[in-house]
Amino acid sequence: MSNSNHHTDHATLAEKFNRDEARVNWHDETLWFIRQKRDRAAWSLGNEWEPLRETASAIKAHTLSNLSDYLQQFEKAAQQNGITVHWAADGEEHNRIVHGILAKHNATQLVKSKSMLTEECHLNDYLKEKGVEVIDTDLGERIVQLAEEHPSHIVLPCIHWKKEEIGELFHKHLGSPEGVIDPSFLTNTARVHLREKFLTRRVAITGVNFAIAETGEFVVCTNEGNADMGAHLSDVHIACMGIEKLIPKREHLGVFLRLLARSATGQPITTYSSHFKKPREGQEMHLVLVDNGRSTQLGREDFRNSLKCIRCGACFNTCPVYRRSGGHSYHTAIAGPIGSILAPNLDMRQYKDLPFASTLCGSCSNVCPVKINIHEQLYQWRQVLTEEGYQPKSKTVAMKAMAATLSKPSLFSIAGKWGRKVMGLVPGLVSNRLNPWYKQREMPAPPEQSFTEWYKQNRKGGKS
Amino acid sequence: MRVGLFIPCYVNQFYPQVGIATLQLLEKFGCEVDYPLAQTCCGQPMANSGYESLTGNCNELFTKNFSSFDYIVCPSGSCVLHIKEHLHSAKDRTAATAIRRNVYELTEFLTDVLNVDRLQAAFPYKVGLHQSCHGQRGLHLSQMSELVAKPYSKPERLLNMVEGLELIELDRKDECCGFGGTFCVTEEAVSVKMGKDRVRDHEAHGADYITGADMSCLMHLQGILKRQGSKVQVKHIAEILNAQ
Amino acid sequence: MSSRDAILQKVKAAQPSLLPLPSIEKQPREVDAVKQFQAVLESIGGKVVFLNAEESIAEKTVALFPEAKRIVSSITAVQNYFFSDYKSLRHHSLQDVDVAIIEAQFGVAENGAVWVTEEDLKIRVLPFICEHLVAVVDSTTIVATLHEAYERIGASAYGFGAFIAGPSKTADIEQSLVLGAHGPKSMTVFLLH
Repeated sequence: MSNSNHHTDHATLAEKFNRDEARVNWHDETLWFIRQKRDRAAWSLGNEWEPLRETASAIKAHTLSNLSDYLQQFEKAAQQNGITVHWAADGEEHNRIVHGILAKHNATQLVKSKSMLTEECHLNDYLKEKGVEVIDTDLGERIVQLAEEHPSHIVLPCIHWKKEEIGELFHKHLGSPEGVIDPSFLTNTARVHLREKFLTRRVAITGVNFAIAETGEFVVCTNEGNADMGAHLSDVHIACMGIEKLIPKREHLGVFLRLLARSATGQPITTYSSHFKKPREGQEMHLVLVDNGRSTQLGREDFRNSLKCIRCGACFNTCPVYRRSGGHSYHTAIAGPIGSILAPNLDMRQYKDLPFASTLCGSCSNVCPVKINIHEQLYQWRQVLTEEGYQPKSKTVAMKAMAATLSKPSLFSIAGKWGRKVMGLVPGLVSNRLNPWYKQREMPAPPEQSFTEWYKQNRKGGKS
Repeated sequence: MRVGLFIPCYVNQFYPQVGIATLQLLEKFGCEVDYPLAQTCCGQPMANSGYESLTGNCNELFTKNFSSFDYIVCPSGSCVLHIKEHLHSAKDRTAATAIRRNVYELTEFLTDVLNVDRLQAAFPYKVGLHQSCHGQRGLHLSQMSELVAKPYSKPERLLNMVEGLELIELDRKDECCGFGGTFCVTEEAVSVKMGKDRVRDHEAHGADYITGADMSCLMHLQGILKRQGSKVQVKHIAEILNAQ
Repeated sequence: MSSRDAILQKVKAAQPSLLPLPSIEKQPREVDAVKQFQAVLESIGGKVVFLNAEESIAEKTVALFPEAKRIVSSITAVQNYFFSDYKSLRHHSLQDVDVAIIEAQFGVAENGAVWVTEEDLKIRVLPFICEHLVAVVDSTTIVATLHEAYERIGASAYGFGAFIAGPSKTADIEQSLVLGAHGPKSMTVFLLH
């Protein structure tokens, strides 16, 4: 479904989403509820919270400034632990590497826990084409997979689905009784369905939340336990991570794990924080390090800090635009405010609309556990998109006209005067359906006098 | 104390009463106020649309207009934030730097510079305060609900000095109204939905008036209120602080 | 050039000059760690049972789970249920375990988590595949925060380690919390004191 969204922009998709206002209200309130849980979790740490964000941000800044060394340190340590390390320059190479490992083991089936990186690389589609069956095991991801969709949220993949619809989906695909919508029952249906997959698949893919340069281990966080069920029962465990997931030392996990779940869902910690250091005896463990544009973003000074992201999704939940436009309106694997500053790095043409899908209200930057200046980067991307010629010509013409008018006080006062007069005389000229302002809003009533005109009449300094 | 009055372009054209209230308020507190007649716009509409590169002339004009004042005061957090963050002048760098430092939004000027602790104003209505994002999150006029930090609010503090005024509580005290400059037309559907939700919050808590430190947000909310035929009205905070 | 070298070269060219690594500031906490641990664990769906030295872990488990058909333990001291054949055991065969009893090294008050490693578990999948999980923790080991937790873990060697905080859960369907997504439907911590 969201695949077909590639050819249209956020505003158009958001308008479609808004045709069902009751559903928008429901979506907004569900996510606001999570924002409130996040607030309570943050306050529970009292005066530790803000310094913790500061520390996390600084650790990430340091890591990014020494990333090439840390990557090599990590690789060496991981290899000593018995992990096979692979390097992929882009999504295509990542997918080829994963498929290569599968082919070596003659595996045509696998289970996968949540990994936004594999979404970013479109691994599922790639493997499907190669005849490999991928079963997503995170409940939310399994739901969108059965529906042939993509996640609409990086932490809550099916936040846009209602239980009635999930009931119907499970009835169709998993044979649950028709009309059953109880979340416990539906979850148990998925549990039974997926347990069989865990027990029979020999290969498991997981994502990575943090990788430790010092020890060569990586940490995967879930609430469901699906990453562990997959990895521990598999003969081959493949973990996929972006190169920005590194942190220098194990003790730094204390900082990040305190922030992650509190920011994401308001929990004090995820149910499982699993530290994978060595393969199980007899098991093969692979780790794929993926660049896919990250080194380019690292070189963009204004946007470098976006690589600090730990994928908590707090900026989604707080974003008033995201809550009212839905994840699919962003037509990219990582939606929301953070996605809007990551995506243009990958493809400016395709994602030129995303930095404009924001009011620049700044709430995202305030909830970010690693203090990414998201709204400032949105502003900055707008400037870059103009510079690189990705703005529509008509907009550039209009902006130039505006700049010319505002540069000349005499022109501005004439334009203002005529504008107000014309609005008063011919209200239909601006108050019509072609004016997007007027569609659902009245225009302000034009006053007789501008402030400048009043000032000239009423204050000494105004006599020119 | 010489104060340069900076009136946003759309306030000048559409809401002259807000400029008048601001001027009168500053005069009441003994400021020597001058309004440079040659002012137009801070350049924010272009900059936020991605055309900061076109704001050079606006910047030079602004610098020229306001270089001679001790303070520059404006009844808009958004325009002040833009000047603070983006005003640069090739011709007079020193003046531009000084302006960035000395430009104030009205309520922060009244609070932090004039140290106002008493007002001669009356407004016997239930009032909901809309926290405009640029004033709040940009200029820190009020504490932000995302942060674990002590609450305060400069506009609220001033409103509480107004006789008869009753401030209402909101469910979401600092959610964006969806105006967002050109966002209000390029993302019309979401913009309006955000505005409708803000309006509903104020209405549900019995507001007679919605006020705020940014007329642009209020203009957006006013457009929605009028279309809905609501009795709730908008009023810029300067008008309330100046109300007799 | 290999992708590895190309990536490293690109990263090196792109990264800014070295920024300092901050030290982690730990604020001392005046809390009753055991009390907080219990309160937090219960708030995330776990249970706490206090156990005296003379009380039997096995008996207590049976009393709590009278219906359980298969109970296994990775604690050698819990003799009746210890899976002495764990080295040859096919891990998938644990799928019908009703209750697993494991020993955790310590607990964390601020989040209700317990720390376990492969050494404690013997089989990695054990605490995930069982229907109900019992974790035995000495109450004197509870630390206040994750910072102290990692101080305690230090540079210790393990193949696999995990913080486990409560039963497996999901809220993917309309944010309704359901316990027992893929892993245990309940987690009970036996606090020894």
